[in-house]
Amino acid sequence: MIDKNSRTILSVQGLRASINGTEILKGIDLTVKSGEIHAIMGLNGSGKSTFAKVLAGHSAYEITGGSVQFEGNNLLELPPEERARAGLFLAFQYPIEIPGVANTQFLRLAYNTVQTKRGKEELDPLEFDDFVREKMKLLEMNPDFLDRSVNEGFSGGEKKRNEILQMALLEPTLSILDETDSGLDIDALKTVANGVNQIANKNNATILVTHYQRLLDYIVPDFVHVMQAGRIVMTGGKELALELETRGYDWVNANKSVAGVIA
Amino acid sequence: MNDLASTDYLGCLLKSWPIKSTESLSWLNQLRAQAIDRISTQKLPTRRDEEWRFTDISPIAHLPYQPSQPECNLHAHDIEHLSLKEAKNRLVFVDGHYSSNLSTIFDSTALVIGNLPEFVATHASTLESHLGQHVQFDNNVFAALNTAFLRDGALIIVPKNIAIVEPIHLLFIATQKEVTSYPRCLLIGEAGSDVTLVEDYVALQQATYITNSVTEISLAANAHAKHIRIQRESAQAFHLANCAVSLAHASNYQSTSISLGSQISRYNLNVRLTDAAAECVVDGLTLISDRQLADTHTCIDHLKPNGTSRQHHKCIVDDAAHAVFNGKIIVHPHAQQTNSSQSSRNLLLSKLAQVDTKPQLEIFADDVKCAHGATVGQLDQEEIFYLESRGLSAKAARNLLTYAFGAEIISRIPVTSLRQQLEQAVLNQTQSN
Repeated sequence: MIDKNSRTILSVQGLRASINGTEILKGIDLTVKSGEIHAIMGLNGSGKSTFAKVLAGHSAYEITGGSVQFEGNNLLELPPEERARAGLFLAFQYPIEIPGVANTQFLRLAYNTVQTKRGKEELDPLEFDDFVREKMKLLEMNPDFLDRSVNEGFSGGEKKRNEILQMALLEPTLSILDETDSGLDIDALKTVANGVNQIANKNNATILVTHYQRLLDYIVPDFVHVMQAGRIVMTGGKELALELETRGYDWVNANKSVAGVIA
Repeated sequence: MNDLASTDYLGCLLKSWPIKSTESLSWLNQLRAQAIDRISTQKLPTRRDEEWRFTDISPIAHLPYQPSQPECNLHAHDIEHLSLKEAKNRLVFVDGHYSSNLSTIFDSTALVIGNLPEFVATHASTLESHLGQHVQFDNNVFAALNTAFLRDGALIIVPKNIAIVEPIHLLFIATQKEVTSYPRCLLIGEAGSDVTLVEDYVALQQATYITNSVTEISLAANAHAKHIRIQRESAQAFHLANCAVSLAHASNYQSTSISLGSQISRYNLNVRLTDAAAECVVDGLTLISDRQLADTHTCIDHLKPNGTSRQHHKCIVDDAAHAVFNGKIIVHPHAQQTNSSQSSRNLLLSKLAQVDTKPQLEIFADDVKCAHGATVGQLDQEEIFYLESRGLSAKAARNLLTYAFGAEIISRIPVTSLRQQLEQAVLNQTQSN
């Protein structure tokens, strides 16, 4: 929701980043305020996943220009774990499998690490078990997933639910969902979207990175941005996603000049 | 190493414990005599031997440790911490010698369990057809030495169609320094039987000694056995072990071997699928540091059709330690429809750490499915980033991933208390500060 009394959570200005000497992000500007849901759309290779990873602090990318303020602090000087503790969360496109570590052990470790850094109490295994089982209901997840190794042998949908479960546990201020809809059937998509909608509130914000409009039927964005060649070339409301769906990304090229008007 | 030293070493060992001529059973004396005969034709292996090219065993040539004498001063409370609460049957061997005081035999009616010499008269024909018949000592000087010094040993015979639910714990404790002990185990699973065996090598103090063990396992048709082997010897010890397994029709053998201790250790595991539709799972974890050397040589031999083997071996190597894995899989011409997979995954935690991994597939049948793969490396950056993005520090992320790498194998051990002990051991060894 767009709210007059909202505060700025994320402010990105002229962000440039490269990997192995190749520039991928070529000057991104984006402001996200509390209560807002933003969708970043674009073709493969447009730089949208890179943008998500750069915000989360992936060390493979070199920042070559611009600035990112997260709740008034310089995000770029923080290592990834401190970004997470400060309230930034990235739901991975391809969540990592960790054989040998029980999911519940991992979830509790992440939860307790973040909680203690925020000056709150840790939960012991029994307390955590009650807590996590409640959160799993939100995502219609089978509690058996607690005892299995992290993401090991999970289907695509199960992995994405597990990502959103982590988001529910860590209560981030800014959630970035990287292609969370990919590999999901329609039922799983609805469940995951429902989870995200329930977590979203007026004090936090969400960025959805997606290739397709389909996800936006279930998580309705306040803003839609189109990325191309490392820049946001067009910004509009939720109707822009529908426009893209019917006209395709080629239409963007023809209308880039009017981007400002639509925004 | 020169041949003179080798000859001296073996000669010195043989002189040390002459065979008692009072032994009543000629077949057993014959077996020992045969072994001694083989020793006289062999030398200590050197790195010129293909089977030993990564492992220099020459340090032991300078340590002609005499066989340990039976002098057990241990009490039950000294080894309390080593007990597995799930195990009702426990055989304890101190420096290779059976200790009836420390052992607990619960099921003497349901199965045959105890020290070998107690059964040589009553089970002569069974023993004669198995003892020394699965492990080949013609080209294996350590197995020959063990057989020459064969005396005490663990014997377990699980009768037909009997399933023993609780694990059987074989505990081999080293207490004396500068001796050689010769542990021996024989497990016979009769048709349709089921058993879980824990073979556990421990030390009560940091000392230099040699353990030379031989284990033989024979599973009849449809028999199942889970075999968990833990080598947690003193960090100064030398551990040389041979295990041979024979699998009959549709039998199932699952092995998990964990190597943590010893200065130099070598484990040879040979599994022969002698009849159709036999299955085996051979998992291993080596976790070493400092200047330890741990060598695992396995051979899975598919002789008949429709066999299945799955092998997953992992090494975590820190400091200047050196791990060796040689995994041979042979599929004979008649072993059609064999399904075999092998993976060797290795994690190096320091610049000086070293691993030699060698998958060796010899396939002579044309209708088979065989997959293998080996990796050597450091922790994956994407995995570290994933954990960091959940708030874990880089160090905590590395520690967790290293632990997980080992815990994946440990988690397959079906004995909870043992699994917890080992998880703690892995945790202690993988967590840097």
